Amino acid sequence: MKKLLFAGAALLGLLGSSALAAEDRVVRVFNWSDYIDASILEDFTKETGIKVVYDVFDSNEILETKLLAGGTGYDVVVPTGTFLGRQVQAGVFQKLDKSKLPNLENMWPQIMSRIERFDPGNEHAINYMWGTTGIGYNVEKIKERMPDAPVDSWDMLFKPEVVSKFADCGIHVLDTADEMFPAALTYLGLDPDSDKPEDFAKATEVLLKIRPYIQKFHSSEYINGLANGDICMAIGWSGDVLQARDRAAEADNGVTIAYSIPKEGAMMWFDNMAIPADAPHVEEAHAFLNYIMKPEVVAKATDYVFYANGNKASQAFVSKEVLEDPAIYPSEATIENLFSVTTKSPKAMRVRTREWTKVKTGQ
Amino acid sequence: MTAGDSASGAPFGSTAREAATDGPDIERTVRPRVRRGLGGWLLIAVPYLWLLTFFLAPFFIVFKISLSEVAVAIPPYLPTFDLAAGWDAFVSGITALSIDNYLWLTEDSLYWKSYVSSIVIAATSTLIALIVGYPMAYGMARAPKAWRPTLLMLVILPFWTSFLIRVYAWIGILKTEGLLNQFLLWLGLIDTPLTILNTNVAVYIGIVYSYLPFLVLPLYATLEKLDESLLEAASDLGSPPWRSFWTITVPLSLPGVIAGCFLVFIPAVGEFVIPDLLGGSDTLMIGKTLWTEFFNNRDWPVSSAVAVLLLLILVVPIVLFQNQQQRATEKGR
Repeated sequence: MKKLLFAGAALLGLLGSSALAAEDRVVRVFNWSDYIDASILEDFTKETGIKVVYDVFDSNEILETKLLAGGTGYDVVVPTGTFLGRQVQAGVFQKLDKSKLPNLENMWPQIMSRIERFDPGNEHAINYMWGTTGIGYNVEKIKERMPDAPVDSWDMLFKPEVVSKFADCGIHVLDTADEMFPAALTYLGLDPDSDKPEDFAKATEVLLKIRPYIQKFHSSEYINGLANGDICMAIGWSGDVLQARDRAAEADNGVTIAYSIPKEGAMMWFDNMAIPADAPHVEEAHAFLNYIMKPEVVAKATDYVFYANGNKASQAFVSKEVLEDPAIYPSEATIENLFSVTTKSPKAMRVRTREWTKVKTGQ
Repeated sequence: MTAGDSASGAPFGSTAREAATDGPDIERTVRPRVRRGLGGWLLIAVPYLWLLTFFLAPFFIVFKISLSEVAVAIPPYLPTFDLAAGWDAFVSGITALSIDNYLWLTEDSLYWKSYVSSIVIAATSTLIALIVGYPMAYGMARAPKAWRPTLLMLVILPFWTSFLIRVYAWIGILKTEGLLNQFLLWLGLIDTPLTILNTNVAVYIGIVYSYLPFLVLPLYATLEKLDESLLEAASDLGSPPWRSFWTITVPLSLPGVIAGCFLVFIPAVGEFVIPDLLGGSDTLMIGKTLWTEFFNNRDWPVSSAVAVLLLLILVVPIVLFQNQQQRATEKGR
């Protein structure tokens, strides 16, 4: 059996471009669910001879818990900015060997400089996708209940007299304090990045007032909910809402979904690829990162997941319909109005999580 | 989370079997006459070693973390002990430990409310399970002998499917457009779908369903052994069946009732999967609170303190259960 494996590996090595590989080369990738076109992984193996072991997660919290426990065995992981910041501080990641990443020149400087808040000098991570957190809604049902609904404003969620009109058709809200507190603070005209306990308390007050109208705090069910017409409004991630829009259009079920970025400002977030300090296959991980930074490769991923990527050169390959959709690639003016938040101290996190528990449980 | 849960379920399963066969009885009669050689001691050492490695050692690790402080590091707390760092580092590490996390638990009512709510939910579920399970066990014990193995098999059969999958299946049954609502609508009993999923009602259904076998099995074992000649004698002396049931069957089945109730109550208090999947955002249970502290807050020290307190709270019913088991076996002798 061992001999057979060896023979297979040798054959694979010969077939691949790197005939050097006498043993099976692998890279273990841990990414968000539904976040890549699977053919990209196959193409990568074809081109490099490196096998991809692909695992998925559905929350930053799960990823971070694994990373902080250490010894995950993963070579590439994809944390969001604020989480990346804390993980870099904790020493979870190794510095990238930029000599092995020639495709770095394709990256989008504006996006890279925004990520520097989490990863000074962009030493540990490259951007994969980025998006916004805004309002997804069912056009017909909202219009029916309130013809002049302020769909481009946080008033939709945070003004009790507005949101109460939509309670009967179902509202979902993301189940993460990291997104909802900055949103509430923006509505209040406070600094969305604040870590003052009194600001958290003010945000909690606003959230508690609208809590009775919210059907569920959940971070993924809204995709199906919006698409099927089960719910009429969701605070969600841009690409997810757009997936719901496409599903509804395909099903032709009379549901029209739209996504809006509130004019008061919305959160812009970044999902980034990094290599854990204890990664077993460092060489292969760099090869994977470099492959993902190929313009035509990441463009294919963007066309598939409806999120913008941080690769400027890829825009020549992204399909026109995606590139020109302001919900995916917002205009320069809108981007200026988007904010991103920084990593919070453990003490501030504890207070904020407690406030979030209060919002959700009423305790 | 599921692994931990099924792991905590396993010992109770074995206790159920022990209670069912009344195993300790045999051990007790043999024990005084045994003179232990080296082999004998080794034999005894195995379970103790098991307990030490897989229960006490992890407990002390958790206990130590509960006295630590959160840090941005791997692992995310301080101090950590490194054997290579020497005695001084060890001493300074010890002095850095504090009970702050336990004080934090007393300051915030969320934790106490979670504990109390868990106990209430577990106790109510146990009561419902008893009401459902007693007739089942009674029916099985009174069924013709040839049927009993089949009936027993039917009770055990659900264990062949993963616990997690069975709880997930309940989502499909209970949701607004789920099987139950469709059925009730079809029957014409209701005209608008009931909201059951994401409420405490769904949590009760989930717990009762999942833990029912743990109640039925020991109860069946007790009822099956019941001496039927007592009932015959009662009926000869003119006692109506209902009276025989209350004055003979019920008191004699009490050890089975108590064992079964503990086996449902104890794991239900710390249940996480069921409230998470079936409960709503306002379902307060300590298992969920612990999960939030550990995953959402990444606060290992506070979640460890919650876990230690949970264990202390559960020690009371576990000790009561042990005493009851011991009394039952002594009586049986």
